[in-house]
Amino acid sequence: MRVPSTRRLRALRKALLGVAGLAGFLVVWQLIPTLGLINSQYLPYVTDVSARLFEESLDLAFWRRLGSTMTSWAIGLTVATIAAVVLGTIVGLVPFLRRATHTMVEFLRPIPSVALIPLAVLMFGIQMQAALVIIIYASFWQVFVQVIYGVADVDAVARDTARSFGLTRREQLTHLVLPTALPYLMTGLRLAAAVALILAITAEMVIGNPGLGRSIELSRSAGDSVGLYAFVVVTGLLGLAVNLVFRFVERRTLSWHQSVRGEEAL
Amino acid sequence: MTAYTERLAAGPRARGIGSRIAASFLYTLGLPMLLLVVWGLVATRSTSRFFPGPLTIFDAFVQTWVGPAFVEDVLPSLYRLGLGITASIVVGIAAGTVIGLVQWLRELLEPLLEFFRAIPPPVLIPVVMLLLGITDTMKVVVIVSGAIWPILLNTIEGVRATDSVMKETADSFQITWWERLWFLVLPAASPRIMAGVRQGLSVALILMVISEMFASSAGLGYRIAYFQRNYLIAEMWSGILLLGLVGVFLAVVFGLVERRVLRWYHGIREVNRA
Amino acid sequence: MPDRSVLLRVEKLRKVYESATGNVEAIGDVSFTMNAGELVCIVGPSGCGKTTLLKCLAGLLRPTSGVVEMDGSPVTGPSPAMAVVFQEYGRSLYPWLTVRGNVELPLRHKKLSRAERDKLVTDALEAVGLGHAARSHPWQLSGGMQQRVAIARAVAYQPEVLIMDEPFAAVDAQTRADLEDLVRELHRSRGISVLFVTHDIDESVYLGQRVLVLSKSPTWVQEDLVVDLPPERDQITTRALPRFTELRTHVYDQIQRAKRGQAAAPQAAR
Repeated sequence: MRVPSTRRLRALRKALLGVAGLAGFLVVWQLIPTLGLINSQYLPYVTDVSARLFEESLDLAFWRRLGSTMTSWAIGLTVATIAAVVLGTIVGLVPFLRRATHTMVEFLRPIPSVALIPLAVLMFGIQMQAALVIIIYASFWQVFVQVIYGVADVDAVARDTARSFGLTRREQLTHLVLPTALPYLMTGLRLAAAVALILAITAEMVIGNPGLGRSIELSRSAGDSVGLYAFVVVTGLLGLAVNLVFRFVERRTLSWHQSVRGEEAL
Repeated sequence: MTAYTERLAAGPRARGIGSRIAASFLYTLGLPMLLLVVWGLVATRSTSRFFPGPLTIFDAFVQTWVGPAFVEDVLPSLYRLGLGITASIVVGIAAGTVIGLVQWLRELLEPLLEFFRAIPPPVLIPVVMLLLGITDTMKVVVIVSGAIWPILLNTIEGVRATDSVMKETADSFQITWWERLWFLVLPAASPRIMAGVRQGLSVALILMVISEMFASSAGLGYRIAYFQRNYLIAEMWSGILLLGLVGVFLAVVFGLVERRVLRWYHGIREVNRA
Repeated sequence: MPDRSVLLRVEKLRKVYESATGNVEAIGDVSFTMNAGELVCIVGPSGCGKTTLLKCLAGLLRPTSGVVEMDGSPVTGPSPAMAVVFQEYGRSLYPWLTVRGNVELPLRHKKLSRAERDKLVTDALEAVGLGHAARSHPWQLSGGMQQRVAIARAVAYQPEVLIMDEPFAAVDAQTRADLEDLVRELHRSRGISVLFVTHDIDESVYLGQRVLVLSKSPTWVQEDLVVDLPPERDQITTRALPRFTELRTHVYDQIQRAKRGQAAAPQAAR
């Protein structure tokens, strides 16, 4: 019989504590309305919310709404990423462009994308395109900035090596620049995926195009607090899934690169 | 190749200071001015009412925001924003340090915090509205409830990842608890903390705008939404411009603070790069 | 009644690491004593648990069994009587503090007046030849200078014994010679006891009054060698002495035997 090692015990302890934390949170949540600390009209019972979640999961309409949220998320993220990679590579590789666009980027990037909501509504009305404008604007900068950093980060020695062996520009791009920029791109993509989801749901809440965000807003205005909390939990789970998937992909593609990259460039 | 053009772009020394200043001026403002001119030309030619020219927007900007509106709408918004950001930073760093230092607490809370971070912050607005009603406190709480997570989680991560040799050094010299916190743990975590604060700032600004668009009869976000609903296009653009300026202002202040706090960190990176 | 001149006494020290793949006995049975004012070098084959031994001595690791005594009282944790100079100077100095700040940090909780503290720091920095660099940050200095800062920090702490863990392993050969002479100079002029761990045989013979040769892991002290070279040493003449060559050849042979595991353990196999 094998004696369980300390490391495995530690992992077990960690898992148990994590579960205990979640369970503790749910119990506290249940107790607050039960003890009447907050009226259950404002903070519904966990049990009610879970029952509602279960109900919704059987409802096709719920999945359709989830689908439209994820569709605008996916389209927005894809368009933003492609645009950012192309533009970022060009700007990053040409020092003239990098210097000339610097001010523009530094001004445009901090503009909160939600400020564009009114404009998007004017242009496209209550449709997915309006949401896409905001999603793309927000996630574009995340990827763009990382790509510029990445392309500019090519190691001087590696570049001299490539030139001394007479690699063509094309070969330099595929064998030197892109591999260097890849980890940065992955970081940018992970951040952009989270931001795109935030704005997809925000847009639905504010603009009113169909999706989970709209369900939240409808539950709120209808005074359906159980539904409101249920949908908030759903968006949290969705965010968690997006984070986990993209973190996994990032780690997978970068297992060789962590040391080079050092501190996370955020 | 790139290194060569870079040297060119930096401008050869021989050309003298005057032309170098002119060059850097052109680099900094050339593109923005060019874009403004193009925008102006397009706006005069096109018939789209959604894109007024820069001069019209500038006029509207002065008309709308210079005067009582600044005191009634802009200042309260900025005050709430400042309050929310400060609270997020203080609470986030304090709680993050404690959680990062205490292993069992970290393991207990980690999955829970991951979940809270993953919730898209704007969906918390209806929840906080439900719990607190439509008040100023609610708007600050909304900002904190979204902006605190990146700060908190980055602090935990930074505190946890304190270098083992640095910790042993502190142990071997028997440095006191406070000294350890102030001279080792917090500075060592500061690059990550600052990264968290940077994320928190943009979340805070988004939440300020949305919470006002949602539930308010004053404030920057409310004004912009109001202009849009009433088809006051130039005014709406001026609002977007103002929000952009607030964003840029936050970014600049953050940049200054960061450069000061992380001077050592950027110094090391530069040394390693050379 | 304990001998007053014995500073550090190590007896039957043993350290076992528990790991996923089973227990690893890093240190088998190490015993030795060190007198006040001595400069003792510890040398051994690579991977023989030198760093583990040192961490146990410095109170940073708890030994599995055995005793470490400092001035007759057992060491249970880090003590103000010892200061450690780590091999990884880059990670042992805090990059956010200046050179001066780094040297000053361990003195903050000692009950000293501002003036006394300043004097200790300035003295220590001057002793290592870095009086001019007090306001720089460590990362602005070369590797050798950074290690000087770490030495100054240890010296300013005024320990009874300076514990140095392969401090010069990461600096180039010329800097290394300078630093070796610095350690001898500090030892002579300040009368600090030094326990110097190294994997470099020449370094151990050149520096030490005594050399402890460790066996391979699980470690025990294979030989306790007195270095009978003149106390006045310098890089050229000392290293050219026939006795120096004899001693280093002897230590070299011992280490080769240690690597092959030929030397007999002091006790029956455990």
